[in-house]
Amino acid sequence: MGRELTEAIVDGILGGGVYALMAVGLTLIFGVLDIINIAQGILVVLGAYLSYVLSVHLHLDLFVGLLVTVPAMFLVGVAIQWAFIRPLRGRERTSMSLLATYAVAIIIEGVLYLIFGANVDSLNASYVTQGPKIFGFYLDYIYIYGFALAVLLVAGIYYMLYRTQFGRTIRATMQDQTAARIVGINVNRVQMLTFGVGVAVTAVGGMVFGATGGGFNPNTGYDLISRLLAIIILGGMGSIAGAMLAAIFMITLEAVVDVLWSPSWSVVVFYGALVLVLAIRPQGVLGKKAARAQ
Amino acid sequence: MSRLSRSTLIRLGGLAVLLVIAAIFPLVITNALYTQFAVDTLIFVAAVTAWNLFSGFSGYISLGHAVFFGVGAYTVGLLTIHWKVIGGTIFALLPLGGLAAAVVAVPFGLIALRVRRHTFVVITIAIFFIFQLMAYNFSFTGGNQGISTPFFLWTAASYNNPFYYVGLILAVGSVTAAWLIRNSRFGLQLLAIRDDEDRARGLGVRTMRVKLSAFVISGFITGMVGGLWWFFIGQALPETVFDPNFDLSVALMGFLGGFGTLAGPVLGALVLEPLQQWEAITFTNGYVAEISLGAIFLLVILFLPRGVIPTGKELLTRWQAMRERRRRPAADGTAPPASGATVPSSAQTGGVR
Repeated sequence: MGRELTEAIVDGILGGGVYALMAVGLTLIFGVLDIINIAQGILVVLGAYLSYVLSVHLHLDLFVGLLVTVPAMFLVGVAIQWAFIRPLRGRERTSMSLLATYAVAIIIEGVLYLIFGANVDSLNASYVTQGPKIFGFYLDYIYIYGFALAVLLVAGIYYMLYRTQFGRTIRATMQDQTAARIVGINVNRVQMLTFGVGVAVTAVGGMVFGATGGGFNPNTGYDLISRLLAIIILGGMGSIAGAMLAAIFMITLEAVVDVLWSPSWSVVVFYGALVLVLAIRPQGVLGKKAARAQ
Repeated sequence: MSRLSRSTLIRLGGLAVLLVIAAIFPLVITNALYTQFAVDTLIFVAAVTAWNLFSGFSGYISLGHAVFFGVGAYTVGLLTIHWKVIGGTIFALLPLGGLAAAVVAVPFGLIALRVRRHTFVVITIAIFFIFQLMAYNFSFTGGNQGISTPFFLWTAASYNNPFYYVGLILAVGSVTAAWLIRNSRFGLQLLAIRDDEDRARGLGVRTMRVKLSAFVISGFITGMVGGLWWFFIGQALPETVFDPNFDLSVALMGFLGGFGTLAGPVLGALVLEPLQQWEAITFTNGYVAEISLGAIFLLVILFLPRGVIPTGKELLTRWQAMRERRRRPAADGTAPPASGATVPSSAQTGGVR
């Protein structure tokens, strides 16, 4: 039991790192554009399928393939923002954009079903099934590599946000869009690029998820988005540190309940924790209370 | 006779004609496929109107109404099986399904309605997934086998008719409830919350109580609809009664017809549900229907964000005002130039009927 518990905690933390990356993308988009990208889940699956195509048909290594899939997903994000988010105007803009991304999600889901079918696929490479023995169990390299890459990228996003001129414009837009416009920031451009960055991380998330999770098919998008939403709500919408902490906490919690109780209930505990937290603190753990409830 | 009462008379007359057509529909058209389409459509008329009664009036978009639909379906289903109810009396169980959904709506609303509007949407989605997972995991829901209806000994030729008429009653009841609310103090409070919640609270509207009441009423109706759906389809599976596409379809129909209007949801359901049913039988896999649902949704959001009814009504008023303006300068040259400015903006008054 003790060994299994250790394994669950290690798996949870390493897997949580990858969720943290996907959730940071989602919460970044929320912070800058004030919209929730419901398509984030299916975009992760799309990223996984892109990696799948590259590795199966072009025999490209999964990590090398990221050099193609990350820019590709960035462009997908920019295109979605340009076509479906930017034209939205008016009072119900936030709710409308949420519905628009939901619609984009089911279109992508349908197209993926048409191309790949409902079969469960998974990504394969030598390091997916091999690894060192730690604490008495085997840990596949992909968990370690994936976690390292996720940490690197989250650190990169942090660096971009707090050390570059572009990051400064992003933070300014997050704080006050009108004021950002007044000091000469091209808010439209910032929003478009942020959406691109927020979606680009799904290429990495999708690759690692596709190699570590129990396989994926187009339906997996629902599972992913509901988890990611739970994570960013728990962390406080728009809070990047909150999203990271919540991701690692929730995924670890899920893995531990998996071992201690039963896999079929672990997901319910996951959402139960979310509901409990919201009942006490509606704005999330690290979230700021809205100045004007709307 | 004043102009208002004349337009009311026309409206009432139109409504009566519509009801008569609806009442004799299955007697004239006996093709089982078409009556099946009709039952599905009535189910959605009732469901979308119930959704709109909360979401459209309060502005809080719920993508978790499948929770009520599913709770209603499972409650009615389990009661039918355990009490061994047969025959026409099965429909007497529908209010119990609604009641169960209303009971679920109270804690659901108490948690979800505390947060900001877009967080609310997300929380409804999260709670929806909790219920789907519970349906999979509890033993009394039959897990992923679901629960099936007993065999109804109705004549095959008119098998759909009982469902049709119960569906019609639910649809009419749902629209009536929405109409009563829209014309009440309670409805005005909901619209005030939609326009500016803080100001409404400042003016003495007990916002939480009002929002929660509408949520519970909406849940009650949706629960009954779910129960009827279970009788009609014959089986409840976790993924078919707690179906994310149900949430999305309901929202789409509401938006297409006119968010927050009375006639809009009815129109949206009448147009889209038959289309979806047709697609379901034309394309053997459901993916084409799914893609088209998303595509129509995007088109509506981008080009018709306020829905058919408000946009149509605005075009009509604008056209009338233009005709008026053109006629008046012909009578006397000093017509007030601002005759078009009196056109009521439905965006400001918070919805047209």
